[in-house]
Amino acid sequence: MSARAVRAAKADRSRLPAPRPSRGLPFPAVEKSALPGGLRVWTVRHTQVPLVAFMLLVRRGAASDPAGRDGLAAVTADMLDEGSGTRSAIEIHEALARLGAQFDTDIGSDATVASVAVLSRFSQRALALLSDIVVRPALREEDFARVRQLRLHRLTQLRDMPTALADRAFLRLLYGAHPYGHSPIGSEATLAAMTIDDVRAFHARAIRPAVATLIAVGDCEHEDVVRLAGEAFGDWTGAPDPDATDSELPRQSAPVTVVPRPRAPQSELRIGHVAAARSTPDYHALVVANTILGGQFVSRINLNLREHKGLTYGARTSFEFRRLPGPFALQASVQTSGTAVAIRESIAEIAGIRGERPATPDELALGIAALTRGYARSFETSEQIGRAAMQLALYDLPDDYFQEFVPRIEAVTADDVSRVTARHLDPSRLLTVVVGDLDAIGADLAGIANAPPTVLPPESI
Amino acid sequence: MNISFTRQTLANGLDVLLHEDHACPIVAVNVWYHVGSKNERPGHTGFAHLFEHLMFEGSEHHDKGYFQPLQGAGAALNGSTNADRTNYWEVVPTGALELALWMESDRMGFLLPALTQAKFANQRDVVLNERRQNYENRPYGLAPMALLAALFPDDHPYHWTTIGEIADLERVQLDEVHAFFRRYYHPANASIALAGDIDAGEALALVDQYFGEIDPGDDVEPVRASARLQRDVRIRFEDRVELPRLYLAWLTPAMFADGDADLDLATDLLANGKTSRLYRRLVFDERIATDVSASQNSREIAGYSQITATAAPGHTLAQLERAIFEEIARLAAEGPTDEEIERGRVQAEAQFMFRLQTVGGFGGKSDQLNAYNVFLQDPAYFDRDLARYQAVTKASLRAAVARFLDAARRVTLSIVPEGRPALAAADSAVAVVS
Repeated sequence: MSARAVRAAKADRSRLPAPRPSRGLPFPAVEKSALPGGLRVWTVRHTQVPLVAFMLLVRRGAASDPAGRDGLAAVTADMLDEGSGTRSAIEIHEALARLGAQFDTDIGSDATVASVAVLSRFSQRALALLSDIVVRPALREEDFARVRQLRLHRLTQLRDMPTALADRAFLRLLYGAHPYGHSPIGSEATLAAMTIDDVRAFHARAIRPAVATLIAVGDCEHEDVVRLAGEAFGDWTGAPDPDATDSELPRQSAPVTVVPRPRAPQSELRIGHVAAARSTPDYHALVVANTILGGQFVSRINLNLREHKGLTYGARTSFEFRRLPGPFALQASVQTSGTAVAIRESIAEIAGIRGERPATPDELALGIAALTRGYARSFETSEQIGRAAMQLALYDLPDDYFQEFVPRIEAVTADDVSRVTARHLDPSRLLTVVVGDLDAIGADLAGIANAPPTVLPPESI
Repeated sequence: MNISFTRQTLANGLDVLLHEDHACPIVAVNVWYHVGSKNERPGHTGFAHLFEHLMFEGSEHHDKGYFQPLQGAGAALNGSTNADRTNYWEVVPTGALELALWMESDRMGFLLPALTQAKFANQRDVVLNERRQNYENRPYGLAPMALLAALFPDDHPYHWTTIGEIADLERVQLDEVHAFFRRYYHPANASIALAGDIDAGEALALVDQYFGEIDPGDDVEPVRASARLQRDVRIRFEDRVELPRLYLAWLTPAMFADGDADLDLATDLLANGKTSRLYRRLVFDERIATDVSASQNSREIAGYSQITATAAPGHTLAQLERAIFEEIARLAAEGPTDEEIERGRVQAEAQFMFRLQTVGGFGGKSDQLNAYNVFLQDPAYFDRDLARYQAVTKASLRAAVARFLDAARRVTLSIVPEGRPALAAADSAVAVVS
């Protein structure tokens, strides 16, 4: 071991250095135009790396699946890159590969997104391809047969995945026949009933420019993107069918449901209920409340279940803010022997924050600081900025939304947290789904609701 | 495309890499310790990763959770362990850089006084749950255990996975943990990179202030081991899955060695994406597989390439195996097309750019600087790394495929639904995995 070097300042380890204020990062300006056909074209300049990320957001998603056709929006999204005009699916992907492009389609309840990121010198070719893919997909019968078959195989495989089983059972119990009651992939029965004509009709009725926004983020100029978008999307016109509307939620089912998975070493848990829409005036207070309850590593629920009890690799909660009221959910995978304890503790934490254990001043300060001080991190890459801009487009948020986020979060008080958790969290309505070893946990679970848990066979989901 | 940086080595041997990027008011702090599961011994596996967990449980001068002060300062933070290294990172607002350096240096220099039996027992339970969640309770989740065990001999440090064996994790004692820290966690075996909104001179002074007082520790001897496959090792096991899946694996060159980039591009053109040869044939045209993928997994002292395909209902792993080897043989005989080579090059360039968009986190510029510094002692390797891919030719790729993806020297693993052992590829022996 060598002697310690002499240095100018010695570290003071008697206390942690207080963070100094950091300069804020103004959210970059979004320049907005619209094409005559209705497509909105938004650009954000971000020139760190010679890349551009293009995202085409269409405000129609799995919630728009017609009755009896669960999974249609997702199949349609999947069919977009299966060829265009006379080009086959392989040829479309060869063209993307020649640009070194990262291409993706993404489907959620409220939207379909096709995105392509390229070196900026390939912007023109990328937009032309994106237009071929979204506006002029071939939608051929033979490709449909293959895509549907792959999705049916995927469903088969999902039966063995505890996380997928838990998600699907949870949504169905929460929402029933409501537009949010199925996962985007649909089911064996609805996929089997689907035809290529369904896909063509859905594409014609939903994927329309009147509800679409093209977002370009990167090393690009607004006028250039508008011009290139005009060349690529100029002849795209039309409005879609009306959006999905809220419908009645199912009657409250039994509080605890088990999807049996014999000999499972862990139980996959979902605990929650339908909560708030993205438009709720309580949005910022709920974000703070969730951070304290289960939204970060040092949240109450993760510290309790992981750091104190060692029952899980991690537990978290979230409000899914969507156009219509989305779910509040706690998710965790816990060791089988600790299943009942974990459920009891989770419910107690949810009840506690809205009742007898309100957020403390320290928790509130920490939660607010975690959300605000690190805010600049969320806008480092083109893709992150593009995803943020998509939130503006999808939920009609004001242009100054990101500028206002920090001050509005900082204005949240402990009373706000108590008020909004009391309003939006209701322990008496919580539904619990457990994918786990029924033989090992059934008796323990009966104690939670003073009744045996409802059993939902995996093949019925 | 060079990343400008400076490298300084403190008196105690700690390498400090500094990169200024003022686009965003954030700084990435990234610490690499040159220790991973490769430094473990049989019977003591899972140790490096378990240790990573303990690094978040407090140190002498901050003997409580590591996350709270940093998350309160707006940081994102995490760590990860693989076979060759363990990394720890924070991405902090500029004004919290000193806090991050205080915290990182305290756990580098002063961990053991705070490392108690209670913390140790708790985090062992957490790791056992991580293992259950990500391996045991996941379909096909135990495949890496079976593949690595068959590719590398018992005493080779790539024989086991980073998460470790359950029995080893249950047996480990606190004093072993202390010895492990003393051996591997010190400046002489570490490298720290700061990337982002810093002044390089000021940042270096801060690093020196906090890390300079830590004893250097003893140099760590490089791990040496060799592996050789002499035949087609055919194994199978049953799992809670619906569809049988075939894994093929070969021993290949180590990270940055000759042939590594060739095999990286070769596995891409064989089975990465819809343009790949195997996707076209197995999934698109013949529809005998539901998915196919391939990768060259290059590690510090050896590599392995892998092809994975899942049989579509009504089709067999024998069909997949035959078709895959026909395509490998064709590539080994004829080489890639000009178009495939050109695609591989432009994709490599784009991938480099995508990776360098962030200052840190999992990946990003700080992590890449540390990777080049720790594995090559050359943090300026960016250009030459990309040049490795630009240098791949039709002839060099063809030769690498012919030499390394050899049908006579490989591992063939079948994972089949419970109670259906006949669905495995022919002549497979039962593998014991846990």
